[in-house]
Amino acid sequence: MSTWAEQSLHGWGHYPVHGALVARPESPAEVAQALREHQGRGLLAYGLGRSYGDAPLLEGGQVLRTERLDRMLSFDDSTGWARIEAGVTVEDLARTFAPRGWFPPVVPGTWYVTAAGALANDIHGKNHHLDGTWADHVRRVELLTASGEVVVCDAEREPDLFWATVGGLGLTGLILSMEVRMVPIPGPYIEVETVKVRDLDHFFQVSAESGGYSHTVSWIDTTTRGRGMGRGHFMRGRWTAERPPAGLHLPRLTVPFDAPNALLNRATITLFNEAYYQRQRAARVRAITGYEPFFFPLDAVDGWNRAYGPRGFLQYQLVVPHDPERRAIRAVMEAVTRSGMASFLAVIKEFGDRIHPHLSFPRPGVTLAMDFPNRGRPLLDLFDRLDRIVLDAGGRLYLGKDARLSRDTFRAMYPEWEGWRALRDTWDPEGVFRSSLGRRLGLCKEDR
Amino acid sequence: MSTLILGATSRVASRVAHRYAAAGHDVVLAAIELEEAQALAADVRLRHQVKAVAIRFDATDFDAHPAVIAEAAQVLGGIDVALIAFGAMGDAARARQEFSAARQVIEINYSAAVSVAELLAAHMVARGKGTLIGIASVAGDRGRQSNYLYGSAKGALALYLQGLRNRLHKDGVHVLTVKPGFMDTRMTWGVDTGRVPVLSPEAAAEAIFRAAERGADVVYLPPFWRLIMGGIRAIPEALFKRMSL
Repeated sequence: MSTWAEQSLHGWGHYPVHGALVARPESPAEVAQALREHQGRGLLAYGLGRSYGDAPLLEGGQVLRTERLDRMLSFDDSTGWARIEAGVTVEDLARTFAPRGWFPPVVPGTWYVTAAGALANDIHGKNHHLDGTWADHVRRVELLTASGEVVVCDAEREPDLFWATVGGLGLTGLILSMEVRMVPIPGPYIEVETVKVRDLDHFFQVSAESGGYSHTVSWIDTTTRGRGMGRGHFMRGRWTAERPPAGLHLPRLTVPFDAPNALLNRATITLFNEAYYQRQRAARVRAITGYEPFFFPLDAVDGWNRAYGPRGFLQYQLVVPHDPERRAIRAVMEAVTRSGMASFLAVIKEFGDRIHPHLSFPRPGVTLAMDFPNRGRPLLDLFDRLDRIVLDAGGRLYLGKDARLSRDTFRAMYPEWEGWRALRDTWDPEGVFRSSLGRRLGLCKEDR
Repeated sequence: MSTLILGATSRVASRVAHRYAAAGHDVVLAAIELEEAQALAADVRLRHQVKAVAIRFDATDFDAHPAVIAEAAQVLGGIDVALIAFGAMGDAARARQEFSAARQVIEINYSAAVSVAELLAAHMVARGKGTLIGIASVAGDRGRQSNYLYGSAKGALALYLQGLRNRLHKDGVHVLTVKPGFMDTRMTWGVDTGRVPVLSPEAAAEAIFRAAERGADVVYLPPFWRLIMGGIRAIPEALFKRMSL
């Protein structure tokens, strides 16, 4: 028998907070046992809670925390294939393999994500334009399906189930393990060039000129209107064996408590953006750094999400197709500045052309992610207005960041949803696997 | 250097294995679930690039103990550190009605620990060195109505380790008794511990590793439990028997 404990869970945005009966299996056998104890109110896996909204939550249902299913099972140092359990993290992989000349193929902006979460959200990183998403580097996914059967799937074996699981937000079954192919690196260092970008057009120009870099991302100031709109810092990097200068290491900071909401308001956010933009005076700065500050800058601040206060924050991440005039991106940024809301951190990047079916987020075009303190109704109204712009441009939102999208808008953004749902239902006809997000968007059985 | 972990698949035991492997020890991981021990061994090998071998170990199969210890000693080329981590809370209500259930709690937590400790003591005395670590419990510091059976077995183990420490001192073998309070494990998942903090297995493993390195005799995890149990032990029995703690 598993032990089930009442717990309140939330994602990285601290919004919403949902209660569930929670177990924490420590072996595949205990996961199977927990599935057998399913009580008909839904079951969902929860990793490290780095999805922002309600994708990892299941109000009133049963949730399995996967953090202790964290064993690395094998590694082939001639090919780079590593077989790992669901709860092994990007941190585990990076720390273990970077010193040996290997690195996870795709990493997000934090290393506190599990392998299963990476697959279920089909995460992307700064190398999407070259290397695609997490799913492009995975095979032999062991999935415990609703019937209790463990199905091994990948692009060759049971491809339908595999692609439904990629970006499938945990609604196709419980991921037990997978193989992920680590990539060889010349050394655990990154040669990074930071280009100061004057405006949106300049961003796209620099992006087009960055073909020689495997990793690109840009911080963008969303508080400036008019001529400087879209100014920011474009960071482009590639692996190198060259060591950074000695004596350079970043202090580790902690946000030990929920900051008062008033701390982050439009004025302080605008100030921050101005200071951050002016931080670099030269047009270009080249440096060698360790991989940590390049890939995971915010991990250096423990609990940075708590700086948004007890009401939490929401992230809005969109992708819109390429457009030489960048109308949608401009319209979004104008709507944000006009609303009086301000995004503390905003990131922009051009995706590559490799896409996956169903609910996987990336599409060719440009992605913009903005964090907003939770201001309640006015913020949600702004998001609704942004949805319209994104939808009209043929774009979509990242479900792993979402906490509020309407079902109709979602269906218009993801016309593939119906085919996905039908596939999901064939593997789970009783609707065992559910989530709060799935109920909201009509992706799973909805009774409460 | 080398470490044997008996009952390796508990979360605290597996973190101790990782801690010693991080310090360069080869490890043998002994547990009743061989497949789980093998997965853990793979994990230890991959993360720390040391030798890690899983062997099957059933605490209540006393006759098999000598072979298990001999195999571990052979695989490791001598055992420098041994952790006795297996144990079982048991079902207190059932143990009151069926002696077989009570006996199982006693055998796993006490008799089996004595059996392997004597074998390990002999091995370490012969080598003239070694560290033997036993995990007892704060529950063994005073009998309480809710878990006195488990507590009595763990209390007996603590007393046994105390005597063994005394006996082995002259042979250069060190015995460390660990008395954990609440740790974040299967045993405490879902238990309401009120305001009492719960120790992470990683922190527990670090504390055990350091206590063994500095040659401590008895450690409470976390250390404040020494004060709590000191207070609880100081309550006069005439009063204590009326209380429900």
